[in-house]
Amino acid sequence: MAKFDLNDSGVVVIVGSGAGGGTLGNELAQKGIKVVILEAGPRIENQDFINDEWDSFGQLAWSDMRTTSGSWRVHKDFPNIPAWIVKAVGGSTVHWAGASLRFDEHEFKIKSAYGNIPGANLLDWPITLAEMEPYYAKAENKMGVTRTNGIPGLPGNNNFKVLEAGAKKLGYKEVHTGRMAINSEPRDGRGSCQQIGFCFQGCKSGAKWSTLYTEIPKGEATGNLEVRPGSMVIKIEHDQSGKVTGVVYADETGAMQRQKARVVAVAGNSIESPRLLLNSASSMFPDGLANSSGQVGRNYLRHMTGSVYATFEKSVHMYRGTTMAGIIRDEAKNDPKRGFVGGYEMETLSLGLPFMAAFLNPGAWGRSFTSAMEGYPRMAGMWLVGEDLPQETNRVTLDPNIKDKFGMPVASVHFDDHPNDVAMRDHAYKQGAAVYEAVGATVTYPTPPYPSTHNMGTNRMSEKPRDGVVNKFGQSHDIKNLFVSDGSQFTSGAACNPTLTIVSLAIRQADTIAGAMQRKEI
Amino acid sequence: MREIDRRSKYDRRVFLKGAAVTAPAVAIATSTGLGITDAWADEAGTLTPATMKTLLKMARDIYPHDFLGDSYYISAVKPWDDKAAKDPAVKSLINDGVARLDQEANERHKMPYAQVAWENDRVALLQRIEESAFFQKIRGDLIASLYNNKEVWPRFGYEGSSAEHGGYIKRGFADIDWLPKA
Repeated sequence: MAKFDLNDSGVVVIVGSGAGGGTLGNELAQKGIKVVILEAGPRIENQDFINDEWDSFGQLAWSDMRTTSGSWRVHKDFPNIPAWIVKAVGGSTVHWAGASLRFDEHEFKIKSAYGNIPGANLLDWPITLAEMEPYYAKAENKMGVTRTNGIPGLPGNNNFKVLEAGAKKLGYKEVHTGRMAINSEPRDGRGSCQQIGFCFQGCKSGAKWSTLYTEIPKGEATGNLEVRPGSMVIKIEHDQSGKVTGVVYADETGAMQRQKARVVAVAGNSIESPRLLLNSASSMFPDGLANSSGQVGRNYLRHMTGSVYATFEKSVHMYRGTTMAGIIRDEAKNDPKRGFVGGYEMETLSLGLPFMAAFLNPGAWGRSFTSAMEGYPRMAGMWLVGEDLPQETNRVTLDPNIKDKFGMPVASVHFDDHPNDVAMRDHAYKQGAAVYEAVGATVTYPTPPYPSTHNMGTNRMSEKPRDGVVNKFGQSHDIKNLFVSDGSQFTSGAACNPTLTIVSLAIRQADTIAGAMQRKEI
Repeated sequence: MREIDRRSKYDRRVFLKGAAVTAPAVAIATSTGLGITDAWADEAGTLTPATMKTLLKMARDIYPHDFLGDSYYISAVKPWDDKAAKDPAVKSLINDGVARLDQEANERHKMPYAQVAWENDRVALLQRIEESAFFQKIRGDLIASLYNNKEVWPRFGYEGSSAEHGGYIKRGFADIDWLPKA
C-alpha cells in the first residue's frame, strides 16, 4: 500500500472518504495520480458493525460538538446533533440507505422552473441533466444500482408490501422496491442482500455499496492511494500567490502534521466542509478560503423531511429486511397546483424500538406516546424526502464561543423552514397517511424530521463567481487548485436522495482534475 | 406470519427456576408482576427509599406500559442512586425535584405524589413540573434506560440484532399475509 511523504508536494489531498472523497480518491488513483485521503474517523471494517441502534451510533456517528439555532425542531430536541452522519472511513456511505436516484431535468434549473420565490435564493446549476447523464450511468454501474444495468430490483419486505398495497389503492402508478445500491444478486465481489435490516448501522454483509469496501480498497490496490484514518484537518494553507499548498491536520495521536499538496479537495460533508474553509481564513482571505462571494456556509439544505408511521390490526414487522427498498415516485414531479413548488419521494423506512422511542415524537410522554409504542410490531413506516428551497440565511457559521479540542471554532447550524417546505411537508403527511389508511391503518403518526442525514448546499456551484463558491466542476472560483467534492457543492437539493449525484460529480471531477494536472494548469 | 414470542428471555429463565422451586420469592413476584417487595429501594445508599419509590412511580406514569412489571422500571431508575452518589448536583436535582413534586401533591391531595391513587391525578401533578430540569432529566433518561433494555424488546415485538441469525431472508422478511391483493 502506498505511503506518501508529508513533504511530497505532488499529491492530491482529499479531506474525507465518503461518497465524494472516497470515489474521487479511487478515480484519481486509477488514473495514476498520487492521492492522500485524510479521514477524521477510524477505520472500522464491516464485520465489526453492530446490529444495535445506540451502540452503533456510539461506534459510527459524528458526535463532535456542534451548535444549532433557528426554528427547526431539531434545534429544540437535539441541539448539539444537527446531523446524523458518520465519522469513519467510508463516511456516510457506511450508514446510508442505498437509494440511488437521478435528478429530474428541472431540478438542475430551479430558478428557471420555479421563478422568483420570496425568501428563497434560487439558482440554476451550471450543468444540465444531459451533461450529467454519462456520469450518472458510470456511477450506477460502479455502485450496482438495481433497476439499472440489467440488475433486478430487490425483493419487497413486509414494510414495502404495505406501502405498495396502499399506494395502488390510492391510484399511485410508480411504486417499486427502488433503485438501490444494494446487491440483489452477487456483483463486484460482494454478495446479495440477506435482509438483515440495520442498513443505517453499517451493512455487515457488504451487499450495500460503501466506499469503505469498494472504492477505497480498489484505489489502495493501485499503489497510488493512501488513506490516513484518525486525521482531522484543521486548516488549509496557501502561498503568496493564493494557491493552496497543503493542509495542517491532527493525526491519530493528536499531533499536528503538515501534508503538502498539489491539489486539495474538500469532502467533509456539508457542515465540516464550509467549517474548514472558514477556519482557514488568512490575511489574504480574511473571510475564509474560496469565499469572495460570501456564500461559503450559506444555502444549507437538509431536504424537506418527515416520516409517517401507521399502526394496523395485524403484524407488519417493518424492521425485517432492507430498510429503504420501497418507493412511491408519483409526488416527485413539480406540480405547483398542490400549493408548493418541487416534489417529494415517499420511501419505506423503519426504526428499531430504541430509535422509535427517541424519534417518534421527541419529548412526548404519557399514554398517547406509550400506546403508539405498543403498536410497534403492527407498524409500517415511510420517510418523506423532498426538495427544500435554498435560503441564504440557512447557514453553517463558526460558533463564536465554542472550540474543539484543537482550539478551532466548532460549526453552528442555523435552519428555518421556508413556507414552501412547510406546505410540502403538510401535503406529504396527508398523502402518507392516506396510503396507509387505504389498507386499514387504525392510527397514523406524522413524525417530525430527524437530525439531518442529507446535508447539502453550503459551497454551492454557480456559473458566476459572485453567486457561489465553486464552478461546474467543483473547482473553487477563487483558487484554481482547491476543489469541493461532496454534497456541499449542490446548487439546489432536488427531491431525491443525494448520494448518486455526489458520486457522479466525483467521477466527473476526477476527469477535470486529471486533465488540468496533465495540462499543468494546476 | 412468523410472530414473536413476547416472553423475554429473563422471564423464561426465572419462570423455569420458579417451577423448580429454587428461585427466591421476590424473583417470582417480579417476573409474574404480582407485586414486589421494597427491598430494591432499601438498597439505595445515597437517595432515600421513599425517593427511589417516587422515581419508580414517576417512571410508570411517564411511560406507562401495563404489560411491563415493575422490574423493568426499577432497572431503569435504580442507576440514579449511583449517579447521585457520584455527583452532588444530581443528588440535589433529584431531592429538590421530588420535594417539589410532593409539595404539589400535598397542596392538592394532602398526600405525597406516590400515594395519589389515580394515574390521571398524578399525571396532572407531573404536568405542573414538566418544564423543570428534574422532570426532563428523568424523562430523557428513560428513553434509553427503559426502551434500550434488551429484556423489554421481545415484549414490544422487536427482535433486535439479526445478522448473527443470517438476517431475515429465511426468517419472515416478506411473510405478511393479510394485505389485499396489490
